[in-house]
Amino acid sequence: MTSLGRVVIPGEVPTVPGRRRGGYWRDLDWVLLIAVFALTILGSVLVWSASRADLASDSDPQSYLKRHLITVGVAIGLGFLASHLQYRWLQAWTPVLYGAAIVLLLIPFLPGLGTTISGARAWINVPGGFSLQPSEIAKVAVILMMAALLAERRDNETEPTSREILLAIGSAALPIGIILLQNDTGTVLILGAVAVALIAVAGAPTRWVVGLIGTAILGLLVAVQVGLLREYQIERLTSFINPAEDAGNSAYNANQARIAIGGGGLYGYGLFEGPQTQGNFVPVNESDFIFTVVGEELGFLGSALLILLLAVVLWRACVIAWRADDMYGRLVASGVVAWFSFQMFENVGMALGIMPITGIPLPFVSAGGTSMMSTYIAVGLLQTVRLHRASTLP
Amino acid sequence: MRERSNLRLLILMVLVGSLVVTLLGRLYYLQVMTGETYRVAAANNTVREVVEPAVRGLILDQVGRPLVSNRTSLVVTVDRLALQRQADGGDGVIQRLSRILDIPAEKIADRLKTCGSEGAKPPPVCWNGSPYQPIPIARDIDAQVALSIMERRSDFAGTSARLEAIREYPAPFDVNAAHLLGYLGPVTEEQLDEQGGTTAWDRLRRTDTVGRSGLESYYDEELRGKPAVTTLAVDTAGRVTGTIDQRPPSPGNYLVSSIDARLQSVVEKELVAAVQRAQEQGYPGDSGAAVVIDVRNGRILAMASYPTYDPAIWVGGVTQKQYDRLVASDSLASNAMQGLFAPGSTYKVISTVAAGKDGFSLYGDYNCPRKLKLGTQTFRNYESAGYGRISLRRAIEVSCNTVFYGIADAMWERAGGDKATVSSPDPIASAARMFGLGEPTGIDLPEESAGRVASREFKIANWETKKDTWCRNAVEGYPETRKRDPKLADYFTALDKENCADGFRWREGDALNAAIGQGDTAVTPLQMAMVYAAIANGGTVYEPRLIKGIVSGDGAVVEEFRPVVKSTVKAPRSALRFLRESLPGVTTDGSARVPFAGFPLDAIPVASKTGSAQVTGSEVSTSWFAAYAPADKPRYAVVMMVTQGGTGSKTSGPGVRAIFEALFGVRGSDIDPRRSVLFEGRPQDALPRVRSDGTPVIPRSAGTGLPEARQE
Repeated sequence: MTSLGRVVIPGEVPTVPGRRRGGYWRDLDWVLLIAVFALTILGSVLVWSASRADLASDSDPQSYLKRHLITVGVAIGLGFLASHLQYRWLQAWTPVLYGAAIVLLLIPFLPGLGTTISGARAWINVPGGFSLQPSEIAKVAVILMMAALLAERRDNETEPTSREILLAIGSAALPIGIILLQNDTGTVLILGAVAVALIAVAGAPTRWVVGLIGTAILGLLVAVQVGLLREYQIERLTSFINPAEDAGNSAYNANQARIAIGGGGLYGYGLFEGPQTQGNFVPVNESDFIFTVVGEELGFLGSALLILLLAVVLWRACVIAWRADDMYGRLVASGVVAWFSFQMFENVGMALGIMPITGIPLPFVSAGGTSMMSTYIAVGLLQTVRLHRASTLP
Repeated sequence: MRERSNLRLLILMVLVGSLVVTLLGRLYYLQVMTGETYRVAAANNTVREVVEPAVRGLILDQVGRPLVSNRTSLVVTVDRLALQRQADGGDGVIQRLSRILDIPAEKIADRLKTCGSEGAKPPPVCWNGSPYQPIPIARDIDAQVALSIMERRSDFAGTSARLEAIREYPAPFDVNAAHLLGYLGPVTEEQLDEQGGTTAWDRLRRTDTVGRSGLESYYDEELRGKPAVTTLAVDTAGRVTGTIDQRPPSPGNYLVSSIDARLQSVVEKELVAAVQRAQEQGYPGDSGAAVVIDVRNGRILAMASYPTYDPAIWVGGVTQKQYDRLVASDSLASNAMQGLFAPGSTYKVISTVAAGKDGFSLYGDYNCPRKLKLGTQTFRNYESAGYGRISLRRAIEVSCNTVFYGIADAMWERAGGDKATVSSPDPIASAARMFGLGEPTGIDLPEESAGRVASREFKIANWETKKDTWCRNAVEGYPETRKRDPKLADYFTALDKENCADGFRWREGDALNAAIGQGDTAVTPLQMAMVYAAIANGGTVYEPRLIKGIVSGDGAVVEEFRPVVKSTVKAPRSALRFLRESLPGVTTDGSARVPFAGFPLDAIPVASKTGSAQVTGSEVSTSWFAAYAPADKPRYAVVMMVTQGGTGSKTSGPGVRAIFEALFGVRGSDIDPRRSVLFEGRPQDALPRVRSDGTPVIPRSAGTGLPEARQE
């Protein structure tokens, strides 16, 4: 944070050059953390508002909120642990984490262990009424694996070899393939974006980057043509173009989401007052469509604040990537930037009717335990990259 | 190389920035620039719920025999609003329905009127539900009739025929149990008001049918389950625009009762026999009740009330004639837990505990004269028998009133006589309350009576409510009665004058009456059964329970009910022990000797107490018989009573004996536990198994209690 300069408090003991400057707590990126916590608090309120109307008359109206707060607590703990990891340790264990993520991705296919939610067979049942979404863990694993492969044995001066690039692409393609079989289209799109971003930032020759983007677009087109995407996936992916015309379920969702957000106006209906939210017109509005809740109940002011908070998170992540002192740290941070930005754009964009409807949560805001945990782990990794630089600065 | 990476990262940053700007721009467009149109759209959004009620759970007896089950029935319903839209107001449809269903047209018209509206017949003929709800007008119709109605939709506007699950009473061993099981009816306005404005999908709706009495009402939520609800979004034109929500039904749970159908059937028959015995003696014998309790846990094994009615009468709504007959017969309320009666001499166990607690010698001798004179009043023994100086045990055996009068009189004097205050000790009333009298037992049935304990508090409260009337009558002097019978009017006036002046006072006569369970004391037969169960088990007053567990429709155990201790009798152990020693003597050498003559009392000693309570306004006493057995290892407490039935020994005693014979498998003087009406000779603690398809497993040797043809 040299650009911002350090405020020297009178009486403060000057730090000794060559050692860690300020210690763990001082070197953390607090702007990033405050933005993340603010999003989490806002998200909890929105989850509460969205879930109140869904519950049976004899159940606790806060039961969903309580579960949400438990997962937030666990997620913060995991993020804290992740911020303490050393590069060497991290790189050594990355293959193990990657392997575990692949195994977890395969478990939902085993009978009795998996759950299908909104057509995606992507959940593992966990005792205690919780469920685990392995594709969220895969996001962290793919970023770490690709960063490790692309930054291996290199100073910052040589470009990655074709072999390294192919290996990195392969390490992303395997989980993408499995997730495609689980019908989790949204995650596939995000992982694709992450892979392209990492190859690009790693300094791969331009032909690779252009070729990769071209392949992704071509792959999407071919998949639609050949019918690899099942009918409902296409419906979900295309219904956003013309929502008012047919009353299929995806179009219905897009339409109701837009009515909710549009109706919010500048100031919104007020918390717990949104007719679309409280009347349950918008489906899964505690998770995939949570943006409709802030849009309807807190209006433009509230939803713009939410987007700006996410923008602060992305800005801090970009700064961390920019300042990272080696390629590995930069790639990890860039991967997180690509992940968060694309997931935000996809999630908010589908609520606003400019992106296809897919089942992915809004980082830090949506209910959903695994997503909350993986995003907090990502924040912890960003802090690790930042702390690594701080510790090696003269 | 570093530069290339920097450039790429810069491009990524610009891309990220443009994504944020795109979202903000789109958001501004949707919310600020075009927001108003969406507000209108939101207002036009309405929902419609399609509700399919869950199948109601069964009620099983203690070994799994269904007491209440379901069957499907073809029902014809009429939507009144659709009828009113017809040019002729629906008269044509009603005429055609009358012809095809063979029901008089006026009956259909009466059924279609909402209760309380103009020209509506009183319930149950009028429609007691919501006017927006299709009204069932005929059940169990022929499939052919249903088909022709559905095919000729234009002739039968607003009419539909559909399959509906309705309650069925298989009646194993011909049990009746109407007061225990209860019945269903449309949900009431009060219930809807009570749940408030909740929009939860499992809320009560106007179209719901709920339990209105008995177990059906007490465990309504368990039995009802949760409906399948599909919530559709509907636009202003009524078009369905999408499905908001879909909830699968969860079928109602099964109640497993502690009632044994076979025993219940025996108890019901014996109660009717007791009533007939009363009538054969020339007494009215107008009502009665019988209760069998498992003394070790407070479970009710059988509970009968006379008169009773056919529970199936409610299915599909009763006719006016049936309803009038029901009300006239006084058979709707359960005498066993709602009827209040003077307990008579069965109450002497309470007085005995009070005496023991108050320092009277339980093993001393007491005078048993033929009568006791108090001022103008004379208090007599039954049939004015005198026994001289006898032990307290003997006084219980022969049910000597005057011994207990003497004890109560001494207690009354000790408390201060006429000058006593409300807080002065009243050992008999306190003993009664220790046994749970004067308050509901806590049985799992709605609308139980609390009963009352004769006491100073009661007299004062009673005087407060009645003094105005008494004092006015004392001044006016019953002018109406005076025209016909001046003497009677004088008597009434004098009585009211006295009551007006000091009707709050606990007089000596009140104290004496209280000692033998007469006067203001009123109990339910169930309360009395719980008193004898507490004596039998050493002083634990349980909350009586009709349900021992809840099982889901696919066989999983939802809940098992443990016995609930309501209170323990805080009396010297010696007093309870004394009672347990003395009560068997009532059966061998006392007032219950005759009905138990020939019963194998050596093997199965029976502790008992008779009661023949005098009731003001009736010449004939209330017949009571309370007992438990085996007296040395108590298991079952049985109470039977018949109003205006004569003596306890003659009318109720033989009934209680027959119930014990059924329980223990006694025939003549021969005992064979295998002959017991209870499966394996005892109440089953375990819940019966229910197969995953919802059919309960009944042990073969227990028997279904149904005729062969109906077992299919």
